[in-house]
Amino acid sequence: MKTLMTGNEAAAMGARMSRPQVIAAYPITPQTSIAEKLAGYTARKEIEARYIKVESETSAMAACIGGSLSGARVFTATSSQGLALMHELLHWAAGARLPVVLVNVNRSMAAPWSLGVDHNDTLSQRDTGCLQIYCETAQEVLDTVPMAYALAEKALLPVLICMDGFLLSHYTEPVDLPNQEDVDRFLPRRRADYRMDPNRPFTFGGGVSAEVLYGLRRRMQQDMDAAPALWEKINRRFRKIFARSLPAVETHGMEGSDLALVTNGTMAGTVKAYLRDRGAEKGVGLVKMRFFRPFPTESLRKVLEGCRAAVVVDRDLSPGGGGIFAQEVRAALHGTGPGIPVVSVIGGLGGVDVTPDHLDRLVTDLRSRRELPFETLWMEV
Amino acid sequence: MQTLQAENELVHPGSFSCPGCGLTMAYRHVLKALGRNTVVVTTAGCGSVVAGYYPMTSIKVPFFHCSFGTAASTAAGLRAGLDMMGKENTQVLAWAGDGGTFDIGLQSLSGAAERNDNILYVCYDNEAYMNTGVQRSSATPPGTWTTTTPGEAPEDRLKKDIVGIMAAHGVPYIATACTSFPEDLRKKVRRARAIPGFRFLHVLAPCPTGWMYAASETVHIGRLAVSTRTFPLFEILDGETTRLSPMPDKVPVTDYLKAQRRFRTLNEEEVRRIQEDVDRRWSRLSSAGRRKEE
Repeated sequence: MKTLMTGNEAAAMGARMSRPQVIAAYPITPQTSIAEKLAGYTARKEIEARYIKVESETSAMAACIGGSLSGARVFTATSSQGLALMHELLHWAAGARLPVVLVNVNRSMAAPWSLGVDHNDTLSQRDTGCLQIYCETAQEVLDTVPMAYALAEKALLPVLICMDGFLLSHYTEPVDLPNQEDVDRFLPRRRADYRMDPNRPFTFGGGVSAEVLYGLRRRMQQDMDAAPALWEKINRRFRKIFARSLPAVETHGMEGSDLALVTNGTMAGTVKAYLRDRGAEKGVGLVKMRFFRPFPTESLRKVLEGCRAAVVVDRDLSPGGGGIFAQEVRAALHGTGPGIPVVSVIGGLGGVDVTPDHLDRLVTDLRSRRELPFETLWMEV
Repeated sequence: MQTLQAENELVHPGSFSCPGCGLTMAYRHVLKALGRNTVVVTTAGCGSVVAGYYPMTSIKVPFFHCSFGTAASTAAGLRAGLDMMGKENTQVLAWAGDGGTFDIGLQSLSGAAERNDNILYVCYDNEAYMNTGVQRSSATPPGTWTTTTPGEAPEDRLKKDIVGIMAAHGVPYIATACTSFPEDLRKKVRRARAIPGFRFLHVLAPCPTGWMYAASETVHIGRLAVSTRTFPLFEILDGETTRLSPMPDKVPVTDYLKAQRRFRTLNEEEVRRIQEDVDRRWSRLSSAGRRKEE
């Protein structure tokens, strides 16, 4: 059934259809309407869940950790400063191998105050052990939630679903609403092998030796490494039921193009609009990255093979380092075949406009240069 | 007393606690009174160290080591999850020290209390950050030596009134208890177990290492804390009704202060001020509560 939804409504609907049993959330712009929707669903008993109206994001994630330890499926959503406040707990959830699913509505980090989108909030959580999936459309947000549970509960790692504040969270788009029965078939109830059960007592998270910690971290890396294949399997199952899929890396117009614009989130939509009008004549294609953690190195190498250059447009900044995706793409491509140069471009921080014209000027500029720049480029505002 | 020592032990011997550790006694009595159908969440601190080091554990019930400031909210989430899993009868115990309760955990504690989440929160209070090596907390009483309130500048603030703060939340059950009065402690845990909603136990857990007395004196020190009314035993029902617990007759506070080297820098004037403060608080408490023979 086609309907109209904002990104936030899609997130709340995706959560609702995934049948979480414990929801804990704290309001923050631009996430608030997700928290409100889920409170409404719970209050009207449209979903069987406990909604804990916590006093902070720290407690939201702590309550999710506690809820997940009981064996229940848990959900939370936040944004920006709220995610930063959760930071310690994200390590805790990942380290305890709990399949928490969190929707983060991306927003700039203060200071100064800004409600606009960039990805520094989620990218600052890079090393917590949480998976990160970026969405371009409301449909993707809705679909990603049950898929994220399938992945999290198999990999035993938390998943952060990331969507651009306002550009996606507050714009209304047509969405194909799945049937609840189909979602139930795709995502059965969680079965936790290890949980807080007095009949089968375990201790979670206690002190360990250096050797044990080392082994557990290595195990986490192995499970992260296995996640892309797991995601492919989940995608195949999802496609069978819903005739859609969300690969870790997606390409548009890469055939016959020697320049790849690599980006994520709603920026991919802007690139698509640019390609539709001017892509072929400029020899440019799009590589859209859904996954950031685990970093989809193999897929990326495959889709960029034979490219003259990968132009990474980052809606984020690691001050002193540059574009975060660009650094990661550089690292992923290093040592492959002839070596593909990576151009790093910063744009869209704080939600500042990036239009097809900006992209055209960027491509024209790069085409006019004899040598590709290694220094970070900044899009004109 | 025989059954106390022999049956239903949920804390194994041989833990990492110091000799004479008050909180380990509290662990034993609280878990014994709660029984096997219990899950525990604990914060960083002596409580998590005493629980053990992989692959060993001293606690026989499911146990989660949570982040320092989140005992109450982690327990609230666990409660919600267990309810949804059909385990409404399982008791959820949040177990935290004074640092994890009075200081870094106060926000999540207040949140869970205000929501009246159905958990038992026990604060084992040894009146400083003992696990990191004796630094002051807001539970440290005036005149105390700690490594961050050294001899030149001992603690000069009154102990935070955590029970008053919890009472202001109007939670159904609050009690103070001390490891030196195990029957009273276990009775209060059993009472708390039977009451739905948020229950708060403030347990004084003397610490020979941080309070600087001989390990064999823990029970004696705890008895002095109560008999001097430095740490009176009472209950508060629904944030309204105060009920005093049976206590030995009142003795001067010097008996308590002199028995511990953490108070060694106190002069007569300071002892007098502490006595005045104890008397003032005791008179307020005893007029609020009616002594009830049990």
